[in-house]
Amino acid sequence: MTYQPQNDFGTPESRSDETVSLTIDGRNVTVPAGTSVMRAAAEQGTSIPKLCATDSVKSFGSCRLCLVEIDGRRGTPASCTTPVEPGMVVRTQTPHLAKLRKGVMELYISDHPLDCLTCAANGDCELQDQAGAVGLRDVRYDVQATHLGQEKDHSNPYFDFDPSKCIACSRCIRACDEVQGTLALTMEGRGWDSKISAGLASDNFLGSECVSCGACVQACPTATLVEKKVVEVGTPERSVVTTCAYCGVGCTFRAEMRGEQLVRMVPYKDGKANRGHSCVKGRFAWGYAQHQERILKPMIRKSISDPWREVEWDEAFAYTASELKRISAKYGRNALGGITSSRCTNEETFLVQKLVRAGFGNNNVDTCARVCHSPTGYGLKTTFGTSAGTQDFDSVEDTDVILIIGANPTDGHPVFASRMKRRLRGQDGRPGAKLIVIDPRRTDIVRSPHIEAQHHLPLRPGTNVAVLTAMAHVIVTEGLADEAFIRERCDWDEYSHWAEFVSQSRNSPENLQPVTLVDAEKLRAAARLYATGGNGAIYYGLGVTEHSQGSSTVMAIANLAMATGNIGRRGVGVNPLRGQNNVQGACDMGSFPHELAGYRHISDGNTRKLFEDDWGVTLDPEPGLRIPNMLDAAVDGVFKALYCQGEDILQSDPNTAHVSAGLAAMECVIVHDLFLNETANYAHIFLPGSTFLEKNGTFTNAERRIQPVRKVMTPMNGLEDWEVTQRLAQAMGLDWNYTHPSEIMDEIARLTPTFAGVSFARLDEAGSLQWPVTADAPDGSPIMHVDGFVRGKGKFVVTDYVPTDEKTGPRFPLLLTTGRILSQYNVGAQTRRTENVAWHPEDLLEIHPVDAEDRGVKSGDWVKLASRAGETTLRATVTDRVAPGVVYTTFHHAVTQANVVTTDFSDWATNCPEYKVTAVQISASNGPTEWQEEYEALAARSRRVETGVPAE
Amino acid sequence: MNSVERLVHMANQIATNLATDDAPVAAVADHIQQFWDPRMKKMIFAHGTAGLSPVAAAAISLLADAQNGA
Repeated sequence: MTYQPQNDFGTPESRSDETVSLTIDGRNVTVPAGTSVMRAAAEQGTSIPKLCATDSVKSFGSCRLCLVEIDGRRGTPASCTTPVEPGMVVRTQTPHLAKLRKGVMELYISDHPLDCLTCAANGDCELQDQAGAVGLRDVRYDVQATHLGQEKDHSNPYFDFDPSKCIACSRCIRACDEVQGTLALTMEGRGWDSKISAGLASDNFLGSECVSCGACVQACPTATLVEKKVVEVGTPERSVVTTCAYCGVGCTFRAEMRGEQLVRMVPYKDGKANRGHSCVKGRFAWGYAQHQERILKPMIRKSISDPWREVEWDEAFAYTASELKRISAKYGRNALGGITSSRCTNEETFLVQKLVRAGFGNNNVDTCARVCHSPTGYGLKTTFGTSAGTQDFDSVEDTDVILIIGANPTDGHPVFASRMKRRLRGQDGRPGAKLIVIDPRRTDIVRSPHIEAQHHLPLRPGTNVAVLTAMAHVIVTEGLADEAFIRERCDWDEYSHWAEFVSQSRNSPENLQPVTLVDAEKLRAAARLYATGGNGAIYYGLGVTEHSQGSSTVMAIANLAMATGNIGRRGVGVNPLRGQNNVQGACDMGSFPHELAGYRHISDGNTRKLFEDDWGVTLDPEPGLRIPNMLDAAVDGVFKALYCQGEDILQSDPNTAHVSAGLAAMECVIVHDLFLNETANYAHIFLPGSTFLEKNGTFTNAERRIQPVRKVMTPMNGLEDWEVTQRLAQAMGLDWNYTHPSEIMDEIARLTPTFAGVSFARLDEAGSLQWPVTADAPDGSPIMHVDGFVRGKGKFVVTDYVPTDEKTGPRFPLLLTTGRILSQYNVGAQTRRTENVAWHPEDLLEIHPVDAEDRGVKSGDWVKLASRAGETTLRATVTDRVAPGVVYTTFHHAVTQANVVTTDFSDWATNCPEYKVTAVQISASNGPTEWQEEYEALAARSRRVETGVPAE
Repeated sequence: MNSVERLVHMANQIATNLATDDAPVAAVADHIQQFWDPRMKKMIFAHGTAGLSPVAAAAISLLADAQNGA
């Protein structure tokens, strides 16, 4: 389509069920009560001039341009702040209004630079449009004082701030307050001196608390806040709606293009996950897609000590297939395996697991969810019957008590965090939701502007189950359980058994306090609030799953929700916040070695037959190897070939030394990725990948929402990722002939009951669909377990606290826990190749002042971080965000390789690694460790590409 | 930890976490049957019960017997 800005109705939508009918310019219109006159007019296609109003924020009534006349009312009220009333008769265009508006516009323009033709917003400027709309032809004022000629602020890497072009409408301030919830912006001064300020007047945008979400840029009606890319390239000429490839929130964006050049990503107002909001990653950090380090040609080499040799695709596929066949013949079919990617589309993931099962002839397929949310799959399937969260994101609007455990949404899931914060602040006279945070660190959401958690329980890392059991103890022993719900929805005997267990005095908060380090009274208060505070919703992340009792914790969470009746309606539920964009989808698509698409066990003969008949193969009924098992088998010399799509296991998986030993023991490591990532140091074949901008497909977000990913440019490497897998499968002798990813989705729908009603055509029509999409629920299922649990009766599972085997002691007295930061994403392969490094150029070690003082460590010092598994160096930052005895770092930078120190311990049920608990010691350091030096040398050697042309 | 030691550790960990189940031996056996690949099972059968907790050992024996009987 040609470029059209998104419709702006001026003021937010009213959610009222009541309707009001009125007449605007002689036409009748019916809208929900509470709608503004401006919006009612916009909905019938009447555009009332406006400057300070935009539909992402509440009306403000400052610009005086949207004045209207209303029969029976005196004067000319502002249409943005005037709600509709039954029978109202409104006129938006009269000679009197035209005169007033022209006068207002004349004042604005008298203090605005008249450089429209060279302005970055030329053609996309509301001030320019409104000047045209009111018919302004000249400015009569000979203005002496102006606010023109001020210095621009170029500090933010993605957008410029030109105060001279500001019309002081405050849309940016209100967007920061209401949409993002950071409250970083304010208006300094008065009159001519009025100036938007990020943080203190002495701050620039980069140095302020601004999180660069882009809400202000989107709200700005002029070129005051404008994307640098628009300044550089010009305004877009077309747009395509697509889905962000960063976190599990799954924001919908408009990719705004000039030809095949991406100009900007603008959050899409009709996106049901993000509702028009964005974060710094999705909005701005897409420069990696055109980064010079992208590998665009396939490469092969005999040995990892050789330099890479570029080849054509045909040679790459033939060589790869011959290597896989050779290894299969020599070592047996079980020596081969594959890893699907949560960054790739559902269709691509489905094909990789199909290649392994149907082509390699085994079930050695796993996905990166192994190392993040595999316990969610196990725990929620066991208790509820479905390996997925229970709610949609909109549900939070009806929540009264938000319980966050082991998640840091403002960093990991920022767009949903903004929606949470909006609910926590309260709105329009409705009090905010209450907040309980269970986390070893004082994360940002514990205390931020207008938000303060009622309870922050800073538990000792590794004691989640003990804390949740203690909460259950309080709920059951104080008679706060919802027995009516339990009797109706759950197995009563299992509940009774569980209730008896949690009621034991050894599970009381007081008795567990020495283990959890959580104040018993605070824990009791938190439990009472969750049980009695109205709709209670639990949101959790990797701080729950990445433990030796990750699955138990997920089940303990499910127990709490069932015991309090917080399942099966809006406002409640159990909500895993997924890490990567398509973690949910990768799991749904049958990426786990023990189950086929739709979470059906490989040993189930009926399911297997369905796939066997469709694929024309015989499937192995035994489960295959999980990623850690593959590495063990490789070290044992029996696992020899790995096809790894869109993952960097060397950096992301625990105990780097063990991962590298496993990879080094293989004869054929195939890395299919955008960049020569860390795993590629051990690869023999490199297949270049395509970005989310270069392919069609779908991602499924944390709310089970299947969303289209649309190709906006030709793949720089020549092939979409699904085509690469298909060509490899064809080279292996498989008769695959997909011509478009929609055909792959048709196959998924054919073979997976929960996807039965999904097709690309349906997705185009609906925008997105939340599975299950079935004959009973053709439009999808925003909330699950509404009339009963998927498994029948909800299952209470006794979760006894078992301390981790990773113990602190004299040599390693501190507990390391790892996590993420807003500006970087996972292993950083994408975000490190963007300007986001301005915010986070290196991983830092957070250490409490007491621990730092004991070791003579100051902020900025290099320190050695050592565990039983290995050691690395990084710089320290001293902060009381972490408790004494706990240290924290991120794993975004390959130079640090935080996973050199993490251990092999893992979740008992799923082998999800225990990233969140490692016993460590910190000491002063003056340089990189031996490992870091050796690894740097290896990486440099391994990335050599032959450039010379061989002599004839 | 080598691979066998890791399998012993994993089996014990499963047994500890399923200790409160009504039928812990069957639950552990079922878990291993559902999630371990054939080679892992073979390795632990070959290893025997050394280092295994009583519940884990009983579960492994149960599985091994079922496998041999099949």
